[in-house]
Amino acid sequence: MKYVFLFCGTAADQAAFDALTPDELREQYVRVGRWFAGHHGRLGNGNQLQGPETATTVSFQGGRPIVKDGPFIEGKELVGGYTEVETADLDEALAMAKSWPGGGAIEIRPVVVQR
Amino acid sequence: MPDVAAHAAAAVIDVFREEAARVTAALIRRFGDFDLAEDCVQDALVAAVETWPRDGVPERPAAWLTTVATRRALNRLDRDRRYREKLADVAVEQQDGREQDDRLRLILACCHPALSREAQVALTLRAVAGFTTAEIARAFVAPEATIAQRLVRAKRKVAAAGIPYRIPSEEELGDRLAVVLDVLYLVFNEGFLATRAGVPSHRNLAEEAAWLAALVCRLLPNEPEPMGLLALMKLHLARGQSRFDRAGQMVLLAEQDRARWDRSLIDEAIGLIERAARQARPGPYQLEAAIAACHAEAPSIDGTDWAQIVVLYDMLLTLAPSPIVGLNRAIAMWQVDGAETALRDLDALAAHLDGYHLFHAARAEILSALGRREQAHAAQLRALALTDNTAERALLERRLYSHEPA
Repeated sequence: MKYVFLFCGTAADQAAFDALTPDELREQYVRVGRWFAGHHGRLGNGNQLQGPETATTVSFQGGRPIVKDGPFIEGKELVGGYTEVETADLDEALAMAKSWPGGGAIEIRPVVVQR
Repeated sequence: MPDVAAHAAAAVIDVFREEAARVTAALIRRFGDFDLAEDCVQDALVAAVETWPRDGVPERPAAWLTTVATRRALNRLDRDRRYREKLADVAVEQQDGREQDDRLRLILACCHPALSREAQVALTLRAVAGFTTAEIARAFVAPEATIAQRLVRAKRKVAAAGIPYRIPSEEELGDRLAVVLDVLYLVFNEGFLATRAGVPSHRNLAEEAAWLAALVCRLLPNEPEPMGLLALMKLHLARGQSRFDRAGQMVLLAEQDRARWDRSLIDEAIGLIERAARQARPGPYQLEAAIAACHAEAPSIDGTDWAQIVVLYDMLLTLAPSPIVGLNRAIAMWQVDGAETALRDLDALAAHLDGYHLFHAARAEILSALGRREQAHAAQLRALALTDNTAERALLERRLYSHEPA
């Protein structure tokens, strides 16, 4: 099964992350790096995203594209990154997600597979 | 011929209840398709209803159902464009006699934590207990279309999200099993005290839940918590008849006719509690059952071992802290340490339980015992405003008049 993990968080999570000292930040990156290394064989493409203040949204109204500053999903929640994951089933994906050391929340979405 | 027909119909129901999950689970494992398995088992049941009254009940009804359902599934796949793909899977499938495991896999998948509680309940009743959509709708006083929609969504999620039919690892089993037991207890309680319906009790739903709990006990004979849950259900059922008087009015524990309690059910429950205790792995359902057993074994309210009950509630609060457990502990404290202590313990829970009718009902009783009649009356009115259940309302109203301030 193919999934995408969406690494999500709240503005409060982001503020806590921004408040980390350089040492704490380094430790956090080591823990997260270890997670990615440990699950290397099951991970596809993925990236950390820059903050929502850098986002631009193109939406279609009556078929016409409208360009707007800001993320599509408004409010306190934000998506901070994503990675593709391939596991046998949801339980394996859940076990991976439960061991994520980065805090926040992970939304697990199965990918549409063309038959 | 009506006798033969009635006998055959009863046989279908018996076989179906015992075998539906087994046959469905086997088909899911074989064909990897929830909908296909369920439809074909339903088809087989319809075929049984049509042919058994005419031809007689087959010697091995379960095997008959499996054969018919499997043949239907193969016929359908034959027409399916995925036929070749599936056939390849089926060909490599081993017949390894893991039927027991199959049913456990099915129950665990239906109660997967990635499904909503409503979906878990509907799927379990449908796939494991063999309820029809209409029966689930009736039991939960919901429109049939709502339940049908819920089942479709749930099955779609099982397939799309990759929820597996797999026994979880040893370390995960405890958490997964806890979800299963919570689902079964919810079904039980829905039957035992249907809060939304005008009818106070749906006997069948409670008994189905007890049957499912017994099934989980058989499938996991070394797990103590399912035994605890089954014991708890049996203890509730043992006292079920005496909860209502002849006029259908609810009767409080203190006023119940204990001679009407079902001794053999109580003995079965105590046997289960003792067997579970030998595993030395206490859990919330075992403790709840032990508390219910203290009540069931007592000759009267005054002859109840309240000190032991408080100890058990303390253990329960350590394992599974909840304000409701705190409420029950406070009521037990009333008998051990007096009404003042109980009221103090109770008031400490007000922030969590202000919206719960039984919190106010308990406060009313304790305040009344302390002679604070006006406050008791106010608490009673508050309790009444917070419940819709007919039987509970009638009881609260009767108590209300008995406490009416002078």
